[in-house]
Amino acid sequence: MKVLGKKDLQKLQKEGMTSLYPEKIRIMVGMATCCLAKGSAEVMSALKNDIKKQGLKADVVPVGCIGLCCQEPTIEVVQPGKPKVTYGEMTPARIPSLVACIARGTVDKQSALYRTDKEELPLSGGKHIFSKGAPPKEFKGLQEYSAVPFFKKQRKVALRNAGFIDPENISEYIARGGYSALVNTLAAMKPEAVIAEVTKAGLRGRSGGGFPTGVKWQACRKADGKAKYFICNVSEGDPGIGMHKSLLESDPHSVLEGMIIGAYAIGAKEGYIYISSGYPLGVRRMEKAVADAKAHGFLGKSIMKSGFDFTVKVKEGAGAYVCGEETALIKSIEGDWGEPRQRPPYPAVSGLWGKPTVINNVETLANVPVIMGQGAKSFSSIGSEKSKGTKVFSIVGEVNRPGLIEVPMGTTLREIIYDVGGGLPKGKTLKAVLTGGPAGGCVPKKLMNLPVDYEALMQAGSAMSSGGIIVMGEDTCMVDMNKYLLSFTEGESCGKCTPCRVGVRRMREIITDISEGKGRDGDIELLEKMALLIKDGALCNLGKTAPNPVLATLRYFKEEYQKHIKNKKCSAAVCTSLKK
Amino acid sequence: MKSFNLSAIDAILEKHGKAEESLIAVLKDIQNQYGYLPQEALRHVSEKLVVPLSKIFCIATFYSSFSLDPKGKNVISVCQGTACHIKKGEEVVTSLTRALKLGADRKTTSDGTFTVEKVRCLGCCSIAPAVRVNQEHYGLVTQNSVANILRKYGKA
Repeated sequence: MKVLGKKDLQKLQKEGMTSLYPEKIRIMVGMATCCLAKGSAEVMSALKNDIKKQGLKADVVPVGCIGLCCQEPTIEVVQPGKPKVTYGEMTPARIPSLVACIARGTVDKQSALYRTDKEELPLSGGKHIFSKGAPPKEFKGLQEYSAVPFFKKQRKVALRNAGFIDPENISEYIARGGYSALVNTLAAMKPEAVIAEVTKAGLRGRSGGGFPTGVKWQACRKADGKAKYFICNVSEGDPGIGMHKSLLESDPHSVLEGMIIGAYAIGAKEGYIYISSGYPLGVRRMEKAVADAKAHGFLGKSIMKSGFDFTVKVKEGAGAYVCGEETALIKSIEGDWGEPRQRPPYPAVSGLWGKPTVINNVETLANVPVIMGQGAKSFSSIGSEKSKGTKVFSIVGEVNRPGLIEVPMGTTLREIIYDVGGGLPKGKTLKAVLTGGPAGGCVPKKLMNLPVDYEALMQAGSAMSSGGIIVMGEDTCMVDMNKYLLSFTEGESCGKCTPCRVGVRRMREIITDISEGKGRDGDIELLEKMALLIKDGALCNLGKTAPNPVLATLRYFKEEYQKHIKNKKCSAAVCTSLKK
Repeated sequence: MKSFNLSAIDAILEKHGKAEESLIAVLKDIQNQYGYLPQEALRHVSEKLVVPLSKIFCIATFYSSFSLDPKGKNVISVCQGTACHIKKGEEVVTSLTRALKLGADRKTTSDGTFTVEKVRCLGCCSIAPAVRVNQEHYGLVTQNSVANILRKYGKA
């Protein structure tokens, strides 16, 4: 059915609500890539079989990532009138007991994690109450969602639907307020007003340097030319950061809706979603989302009779980290090898096929419907002075609860690692945290009060980049870590400019020598000098940021380098050719 | 050399449209179908799309998902992302290399059953170290689970 206005949308919303909160049992199984890797497909089929065997009436639905990756595979069960219960570490063997408990209307205590009494419907402003009054006796012993340490400090904006809806069911997205921002925007707002709202909200790019989104849009809107393009960048190749993919797999429509609003704002008629290679599930779900949005009239000719045309193509990359860089990404879409070029001209003026183009990252776009739906003021009330809203992080490494999280900007690293992530596993002590991947840097334990804020992280020698937090214990060697990060960048350098092609390689060679006991006096000074030259001289941000991890560790962990060079010792016992 | 069936390549070209823009998508389909990019196929694509073979070669060697050499029946991709690096993903490579009797220059078993390759990031960092066999992901891989995984794909 084509949506032509608010009334049509309300009708779909109703449909979606009965699918989200049916009058029978609804069982949600996490089916993003991580969950699948931990066996959620087997759990799903065991569940379906057992339900059939026991003659239970229940909807079994695949959902995205609830973020609690350490407990995967996860299952959530809603029995009408009772709190939602989340179960963790499910296996096919645990299914019969679970189904038997559900059949009796109770909780399977062996694998239950927590209960949820009510949940927010973020965009419609309402709440869905699962059980009124005190929860039934068997549910009482479980912790309520709002008290669960992993979620307590989180605030889900970009991830508002992840794990709640079936990502392949557009009506469930609509039920939670999806596409209402688009419908209202097209009905009542001029493109300039949309840009003003996004600018006022203080939304900044959720990848790279945090460029203000509204300013980017404005530059493209003002640029000459009729043909303009809007590109969504999903080419996260950052090692150790799986979040973009999770967002795409869990809630593709939130990204798509943000993109359609953005295209309307800048005056683009065509858009591309560029997904790096190796994420087949994300590609499939996005393609389905595009087809469904088209069938509902959110894409195509004169969307909702507004006169605004917009079509979207999904493009898959072929495996090159550098294609996350705007100009390289553009070349890849054009069917070429992804070599960056000099900027300016910026893509907002001359981008895809030489036409004005906006490129926004997935997370940035998922925030747009929230800004348009709830207003700039509400959005900018979250966060720090210059960094507004929330930030999605993938928290991994030596931490008790690795997962996909979203916290208000300004939250400290300490809160993220200890309160949300549950601290380090037993027997491990914190040494450093790497944020920003190969473009960021390791910050030491003493800086754990650092807030996640673009400027604060940059001043500390790290970066927000696309949002990976990698926790490292005392058994991590900073020299080895940098050898790893530099060899990553070296391998991904496109080779076009000398500072990156040769400079990064030389830095890696020097650090390799240090790690093998062949370090010499003056190596540290040489590394520092080269780092600054590469930062100044490299063509694109891949090269310009490549020395960051080295600079950060030379700032905080210089002694460790000196020990490697002078005493031929690696206290973390990682560099095997050295003594401990 | 056995003769090459070009009609399959024509079907791929037909599917994506004969524009230079489609080149990467065309090469991806060929890679998926054959497990590598056969030279005959590339020559044919070059003629049909009127793109110099040198450019196709550039693209084929620039992107990591393309290979000019045939791969084994099962491709094992070992994640080398940062989270996997910290969780000793390198040891997974060592275990696999040893179990399959591979070496620094030999990535494919002599019977053509397995290819082991290192990849940048599989994107499931919370369950590091991770590997992918064909399309299936496996997390929290240990030396023991390496043997189990290999058995699942027919290693005696």
